[in-house]
Amino acid sequence: MLSKTAAELSQALSRKELSSVELTQAFLDRIATLNPTLNAYITVAAEQALAQAAQADDMLAAGTGGPLTGIPMAHKDIFCTRGVLTTCGSRMLHNFVSPYDATVVERLQSAGVVMLGKTNMDEFAMGSSNETSYYGAVRNPWDTQRVPGGSSGGSAAAVAADLCVMATGTDTGGSIRQPASFCGITGLKPTYGRVSRFGMIAFASSLDQAGPLSKSAEDAALMMNAMAGTDLRDSTSLDHPVEDFTALLQNSLSGLRIGLPKQHFTADLNPAVQQILQDAIKVLEGLGASVSEVDLPHNHLSVPAYYVVAPAEASANLSRFDGVRFGYRCENPLNLEDLYKRSRGEGFGDEVKRRIMVGTYALSAGYYDAYYKKAQKIRRLIKQDFDDAFRDVDVILGPTSPHTAFKLGEKNSDPVTMYLEDIYTIAVNLAGIPGMSLPAGMLNGLPIGMQLVGPAFSEARLLNVAHQFQLNTNWHTMRPEV
Amino acid sequence: MALDNSDVEKIAHLARLEINQSDIDEVTGRISNILAMIDQMQDVDTNAVSPMAHPFDATQRLRPDLVTESNQRDELQKIAPATQDGLFLVPKVIE
Repeated sequence: MLSKTAAELSQALSRKELSSVELTQAFLDRIATLNPTLNAYITVAAEQALAQAAQADDMLAAGTGGPLTGIPMAHKDIFCTRGVLTTCGSRMLHNFVSPYDATVVERLQSAGVVMLGKTNMDEFAMGSSNETSYYGAVRNPWDTQRVPGGSSGGSAAAVAADLCVMATGTDTGGSIRQPASFCGITGLKPTYGRVSRFGMIAFASSLDQAGPLSKSAEDAALMMNAMAGTDLRDSTSLDHPVEDFTALLQNSLSGLRIGLPKQHFTADLNPAVQQILQDAIKVLEGLGASVSEVDLPHNHLSVPAYYVVAPAEASANLSRFDGVRFGYRCENPLNLEDLYKRSRGEGFGDEVKRRIMVGTYALSAGYYDAYYKKAQKIRRLIKQDFDDAFRDVDVILGPTSPHTAFKLGEKNSDPVTMYLEDIYTIAVNLAGIPGMSLPAGMLNGLPIGMQLVGPAFSEARLLNVAHQFQLNTNWHTMRPEV
Repeated sequence: MALDNSDVEKIAHLARLEINQSDIDEVTGRISNILAMIDQMQDVDTNAVSPMAHPFDATQRLRPDLVTESNQRDELQKIAPATQDGLFLVPKVIE
């Protein structure tokens, strides 16, 4: 029962085969058993979850429920939740209980979901392995010696290990897609601005995007129906009509034009990963799609440009954590400067401090043009590459990650090696377009993800392609034995 | 661009971050490596390219200049470490 999708459980709930309270209790029991091993949750909100489940049961009994009513889910600990701890994976916010809900949380709650708790994450969403959390690393349910990917690793591990039905994540450089790939689930990064950032603790404001992590493309579409839409409280939210993201799921793929970036399918890509992708492409061709090569000539500059833009924005956003306004404060400050420096020095972890310093340097007098302005120019070149490619193809397909989940500690010693983990995902964030990862095969008992990328506002089309693929393959139904 | 320890100390001061002296060599080395990776950007001629501030060239939304928030002082003070008479208490740090 706990491995079923939201769409399947929704039917069971509406047919009264089980109640949301029973379902919620079953998930809480599984979390109690497995979370000590996996560390996927930072906070479990059992009492609140059972109260929400009872309310959902009332709505279902009255016939006023929707497709997500009574479905137990989790929120990444970057989303503010009224009355429940929101740490962002940092010592800095170790005691922060928000007085309000993020818009995403509020909208999903209006859809009747049950929040089981808050999932672990890389500190302030900075990381590709979920090893930078103040609350310890999350373990991959497929192999607990391996990372789940980051920064939404807690959400991805929780969905994969059936510790919730679905979860929210955020993606600044690949943080939904890469953990989805490593954990064998479906993750969608929507178009920048389609899902509100209000109440989502900011990392890099021009890149951060909230999205769903789920067991199927169909569930991701149901989540997007609840999450997406203009929010006047978020000045970067786009005024774009909200469509029914499930509307195209059943469409045929006949005539679909798929582009394969020549920069992704090179000799550098693991041949076994390449073979898995070729097999997936054959499935899509069998459903009527055609394939051609596309050129993304500036793709190799996406990691350097990102590691200027994201740290620069982070250095500004994280200046609010000063030891005074909320969160961690050092003991016995000597003076104001000592209060700032020690609170920030002790409250932030190494990776966060590194990025704040890179950002401070890139924005400092004398270096702004050479770094920040240059990166913003390269950002335009990367966006133009995608615009050119989408004149000839409807979606771009490639690997999500260069390989399967790696071992804990394997890449910690060199930040640059870790940064290159997101080589296939970062360009999508710089261009602001949607991308998703879905399970496409297994290698040595570990999942491999396939990335689909589309032009701005093409989420429904991406979900359509993913759903049709999932109707004809069973990679997304595979579950780890934990 | 390679940095030396004094550059890193200056950046850390600008960012108001305390770095332990025992960590400074490692921090300098790692930040230098990151900057070396970033420097790949300098190989590309971008003279004719305009910087991209927003992927859809969107501009900031405006709204009427009206008060829309209600007073939530009591609610907000509940999460503060220390309050008194409706005021936030902060450590005495002004000399």
